[in-house]
Amino acid sequence: MRDDWLRADRLPHIYCAGCGNGTIMNCVLEAVDQLGWNMDETVFVSGIGCSSRAPGYIRTDSLHTTHGRALAFATGVKMANPSLHVLVFTGDGDLSAIGGNHFIHACRRNIDLTVVCMNNYIYGMTGGQGSPTTPIGKTSTTTPYGAAEMPFDLAELAVAAGANYVARWTSYHVTELTKAVVAGIQTPGFSFIEVRCQCPTSYGRRNKYRQPGDFITYLRESAVLKDRWDRSSAGEELPSEKFLIGEFVRRSRPAMGVPDEA
Amino acid sequence: MQGNVACAEGALAAGCTFFAGYPITPSTEVAEHMAAKLPKRKGCFIQMEDEIASMAAIIGAAWTGVRAMTATSGPGFSLMMENIGYAVMSETPCVLINVQRGGPSTGQPTMAAQGDMMQVRFGSHGDFSIIALAPSTVQECFELTAKAFNLADQFRCPVFLMADEVIGHMRERITIPDSVQIVRPKPLQEGMLPFAPEDDLIPGFAAFGTGRKIPVTGLTHNEKGYPDSTNPARHESLVRRLVDKIETVRHSIADYEIVNEEAEYVFVCYGSPVRTVQEVVQRAKTPGTGYLHLRMIWPFPEQLLSRFPNVKAFIVPELNLGMISREVERHVCVPVISAGKIGGELHAPDELVAIVEQLRSGGCP
Repeated sequence: MRDDWLRADRLPHIYCAGCGNGTIMNCVLEAVDQLGWNMDETVFVSGIGCSSRAPGYIRTDSLHTTHGRALAFATGVKMANPSLHVLVFTGDGDLSAIGGNHFIHACRRNIDLTVVCMNNYIYGMTGGQGSPTTPIGKTSTTTPYGAAEMPFDLAELAVAAGANYVARWTSYHVTELTKAVVAGIQTPGFSFIEVRCQCPTSYGRRNKYRQPGDFITYLRESAVLKDRWDRSSAGEELPSEKFLIGEFVRRSRPAMGVPDEA
Repeated sequence: MQGNVACAEGALAAGCTFFAGYPITPSTEVAEHMAAKLPKRKGCFIQMEDEIASMAAIIGAAWTGVRAMTATSGPGFSLMMENIGYAVMSETPCVLINVQRGGPSTGQPTMAAQGDMMQVRFGSHGDFSIIALAPSTVQECFELTAKAFNLADQFRCPVFLMADEVIGHMRERITIPDSVQIVRPKPLQEGMLPFAPEDDLIPGFAAFGTGRKIPVTGLTHNEKGYPDSTNPARHESLVRRLVDKIETVRHSIADYEIVNEEAEYVFVCYGSPVRTVQEVVQRAKTPGTGYLHLRMIWPFPEQLLSRFPNVKAFIVPELNLGMISREVERHVCVPVISAGKIGGELHAPDELVAIVEQLRSGGCP
């Protein structure tokens, strides 16, 4: 049962009303439960930020580490004991700003980790500063006149850096997300699942998605199925307000930290 | 054998099976030796993308129950500071070798220094304590590295071997014993919370994957490991315990050598300057001199300074502009002469003899 994976004595959690992180945790726990993972052989690792509080609510060994460094800590856990299941929760700022170097190198090494990135376009815990995924023109406390920098496409970055499995979904696509986590876990090597999710408090409030429902509608309507786009687009560029969802890559490049088949 | 290689051999003898590192002069030979040896022992060597990641990886590895180590020098050491604090707060046993070079900044990559002696003690933010050792011979590189793992496991903290470029690259004949003493962390007893201290202020340790479901965090936490960061009493009791578990035993774990307790002029030394001091005191037999050689610098065993009843002045030759000399100064009522030297060369014996002679003639060096 999924609920068995949660530390009831840690409740209530710190997430704001309407936050997308709980939905994503739910999908991940559903996935590991479906796979029959043993709690005692599972380690959740995270960095700093709203996303990174998730492992603390899960009833396994966990490492809530320093900002941006979750993948480096997870590398140590997995390489020292490949028989452990190691799953990383991270966020857009944690993973791609302060932790960007660890991200591309973990992809390159193709370490057998599953990484779920809660991309809410913002630094939520510190009150809504712009991140490397804040879209151009969007407002945050550090982009009061609209973000001017090009955002990262985290899924494409992971593909380019060498990860064996990469997918992107949103907090609306719970069934697909759960399946993607299962597929990612089952793919030896580095698996990266980006989840675009709502932050009504710090991002939505300043960008006309104050209501969680409006935010999720925006995510759903902005998302374009990658398969469909690849078939029909004839090479044209995706409109900048849209983003692709689906499986970006599933391959079997040499990986590290894969448990011995014994 | 070279000092850096002796460090690696000491780690291997102590059962270290995980090394994460990043190349940096003058420590690189430690990593190279581990890279050659660990795969043959079913251990793991991994070259990380930077020193921040190296420090993170050894902490992650340590939580699986293995003995884990990294090695670096000044610039890399600076990058490791935040995660060193994490190791302190999460009570993670791990060993770091710092083969010190001239700083600040890139400074003198190939020259010896002892300029990180305060950084190792105070470099990460917040209040804390750590254990730092300093080798003065290649033999001590081996012995103190092996010992560092025992201290890390016993006290559940990062332990530092503060070598320097001279010792790291020096070659001496050493004796490697058939086996070294190994003290692993005391186990987390059934029914005990993972961060509940025992009488010695140290909690028992259980590795990941052993069913104890330990939540580890760098946030101020309760005995379950759950974050509790806005409770002043919680923070105070936790951080005081992290300091006290080391500081209260500083005299019993002190590792030192005293020569000539009757001396009037006492050198306090550690690392490569010990060699010059030995020349001045023992071989040249400079009258009235003795020394306190500290193999463990932090926690600082200040009671040792009172072992010299006739002392007129302490002289602290070190390869910095006066770091440990200040620590000595705050514990004694006689003059403390800082004989700091930077640039990369060791003190010549004559330089130290001149200080003694000047003191004896009533001058102030």
